[in-house]
Amino acid sequence: MDLGAANFKDNVGKALADDKLQHAMTETGPRFVYKRTKAREALPEFDRLRDQARDIKDHVLDHLDIYLEKYEAKVKETGGHVHWAETPDDARAAVLEICRKANARMVTKGKSMISEEIDLNQYLEANGITPVETDLGEYIIQLRNERPSHIIAPAVHLTRDQVEADFRRVHTHLDPKRDLTEIPSLVEEARGVLRQKYLTADIGITGANFLIAETGTSIIVTNEGNGDLTQTLPKVHIVLASIEKLVPTLEDATTILRVLARSATGQDFSNYTTFSTGGRRPGDLDGPIEYHVILLDNGRANVLGTEFQDMLRCIRCGACLNHCPVYNAVGGHAYGWVYPGPIGSVITPALIGIENAKHLPNASTFCGRCEEVCPMRIPIPKMLRHWREKEFERHLQPTSMRWGLGFWAWMAKRPKLYRKATALAARVLANQAHGKGRLKKVPLASGWTEFRDLPAPQGKTFHQLWKERRP
Amino acid sequence: MSARETILARVRAKLPKGPEGSRREAVELHMAQHPRNLIPERGQGDEAHRIRVFTEMMVAVGGTVEIIDDVNEVPHAVSVYLRDGNLPAVVRRGSDPLLARLPWHRGGALEVTEGPAVDADRASISHAFAGVAESGTIVQVSGPENPTTLNFLPEAHIVVLESAALFASYEEAWTKLRKTMGEGNMPRTVNMISGPSRTADIEQTIVRPAHGPKNMHVIIVR
Repeated sequence: MDLGAANFKDNVGKALADDKLQHAMTETGPRFVYKRTKAREALPEFDRLRDQARDIKDHVLDHLDIYLEKYEAKVKETGGHVHWAETPDDARAAVLEICRKANARMVTKGKSMISEEIDLNQYLEANGITPVETDLGEYIIQLRNERPSHIIAPAVHLTRDQVEADFRRVHTHLDPKRDLTEIPSLVEEARGVLRQKYLTADIGITGANFLIAETGTSIIVTNEGNGDLTQTLPKVHIVLASIEKLVPTLEDATTILRVLARSATGQDFSNYTTFSTGGRRPGDLDGPIEYHVILLDNGRANVLGTEFQDMLRCIRCGACLNHCPVYNAVGGHAYGWVYPGPIGSVITPALIGIENAKHLPNASTFCGRCEEVCPMRIPIPKMLRHWREKEFERHLQPTSMRWGLGFWAWMAKRPKLYRKATALAARVLANQAHGKGRLKKVPLASGWTEFRDLPAPQGKTFHQLWKERRP
Repeated sequence: MSARETILARVRAKLPKGPEGSRREAVELHMAQHPRNLIPERGQGDEAHRIRVFTEMMVAVGGTVEIIDDVNEVPHAVSVYLRDGNLPAVVRRGSDPLLARLPWHRGGALEVTEGPAVDADRASISHAFAGVAESGTIVQVSGPENPTTLNFLPEAHIVVLESAALFASYEEAWTKLRKTMGEGNMPRTVNMISGPSRTADIEQTIVRPAHGPKNMHVIIVR
C-alpha cells in the first residue's frame, strides 16, 4: 500500500506545475458536468429516484448481516462460491488459490476498484501470473504503471499523444510507421491486442457494481464490452466485491441503475449492464464453468453505525469528482491512494486511517457541489468536517495551524478585543494597499499571495459599517 | 473464527439494536414482495409509443432499428443488412426455436451457422428475451438458444425483437423473467444491451467500437 495520501500538499504542488495534466483536466473536466446536466434534465423523475436509491441503501445497511447471509446462500444454491475476506491479504490469497487450482498463467481483468484497493496486479505478478487490464483506460494506466486518476475514467489525466507514446513503446510487434495520431486508431489497436488476450486467458476477473441478495447475482456495468468478454470466455470467473455492494432485489438494483449512468457519464443507461449468477448451466455452450465471489470487508463494517456510515451508500459513479473544483484543479493522483476526489477524501481515512490520510479532509472548499450531485445523497461536506474534527483531536495538523486556530479561538471569545484588533488590522492593510485595493505580499499569508493578490480591506470592519448604517 | 464469522459479528455489533426476529422479517418480506419503485413515465404508452421511444433511444446511442410485420421477412432483412454493411453473407445463431424455424432460404446466398460465437465470426443474430423502451435496451438471457458470446464477439450483432416483448420498463422484463424462471431464480447471465460497444477513455472522445460489436441492428417484428 503506498501512502501517498499523506503527501497531499506536495502532490498538489506537482500537479499544478504539470502542463500536460493541467491541459487534460481543463479540456475534459467540464464535459462530464454538461453531460450529467443534460441527462438529468431529460428525466423529470431523476431527483425522486435519487431519494429512493438512498432509502434502498439505508435499508440494506441497517440489515446488512441478514442480506449478506441471504446473498451467500443464494450464490451457493446456484453453484457459485463465496470467499469472505477481512483484509486485502485475505482477498489476494483467495484469488491466488483459485488461480493455482486452475493452473492459471494469464488472467484478464475488467475494471475493479477493489482490485486497486488490494493491489492485486502487483501480487499476481509476484506470483508468476500475468494480469491484463482490458478496460481501455485501465489498460493504458497499467502500461504506465500508474493508479487510476478517476473512478470511472482512469486515464482522464492523459492526452492522446501520451497514449500513443505508450502504445509505441509496448506494442513493438506492430509496424513502427503506423499512424496513431487519431483517437480511433489508438482504440482499434488496443482492441486488436486485447482480443487475443480474452481468447487465451485462463481466468477472468471483474468487479461488481451491485450484488443482489434475492438471486445471488453480481452486476457489472460497462460501455466497452470488455467486462463481458473477460468473464464469458475463460473457464473461471472471479468477482471482486465489497460487503456494502448488496441490494435486496432486481427492482432495487434497477432503481439505482437508473441514477448510476446518468450521474457518471450522462448516459441514460450504460451500453452493457450484465447480471451474472453462478457458472455454466446444463446445456450452456459458453460462459465460465466456475464462478467465485470474493467478499471484502477491509474496514467497512467498522464504519457502520458511525457518523461515516452514509459513505457506504456510494456507488462509485464519480459525479462528485467531476463537480469538484479541487479535483478538477489537481487531478486524481494528488489524492495519493485508490479513491480520489471528495468521496475519496471521506473513504481513504476510513480505510487506511486518518493518520495516513492526513490532509485529505482539507482538500475541499466546502462549496457543496459534491453533495448536490451525489445520486445517493451522501453528505460529503459534513463527513469531511467530522474527519477534520478527528484530525484536530489527534493532533495531526501542523503546529502552526493549531496555534493559529487556538489564537483565533482565544480572540473570538473576547469580542471587545476582537473588534479592536480587526479594526486595527483592517486599517493597516488598507493603508498598505496604497489605494490600489489589493496586496501583493502579506506577512504570514504567503500561501495565499504566492498565487494571487489579497483584496485589501476597505478600512472598516463589518461591525463598524453595521453601527453606521443601522437606522 | 473464520473470516465469515468475524465479518458478520463485526457488522452485527455495529448495527442498531432491535429484535432480531422483526429485522429478519423485514428482509424476508421485502425480498418476497420485491416491490417496484418509481418507474419513469418515458416508456409508458401503447405499442406504437414504445416502438417510437425504443427506436429513438437506440438510434441515439449508435444502433439501428428496422420494423417489419412478418417474422418470415427476417432472413431477407438480414441478408440486405449484411450486404449494405459490406459484410460476408454469413450469420451465426444459437438453437433458438423461433430463429431455427425461419425460412432462411429467403435470404438468398445467406449462410447460417449454429453455435456459440468464435473470433472469426463477423455477424450474429439472436432472439431477444425482451426490449425496454425507456432506454432503448435489449435484454438477452444466456443458454444454448442464444449463447452469450453472440452478443459480444462478432462485429455486427443483429437482434430479433417481437413487439409483444417490447416493454415500457425494465421492471416488466423482470416480471417476465420471474414467470419463466420462477421466483428468485436467474439464468447464468442476463445481458442488458443499449447500442454498440463504445469507449470515451481517451480524452473523453466517444469512439465505437471498443471491444464488443461495432454495429447493433434491431429488427422489431410487429
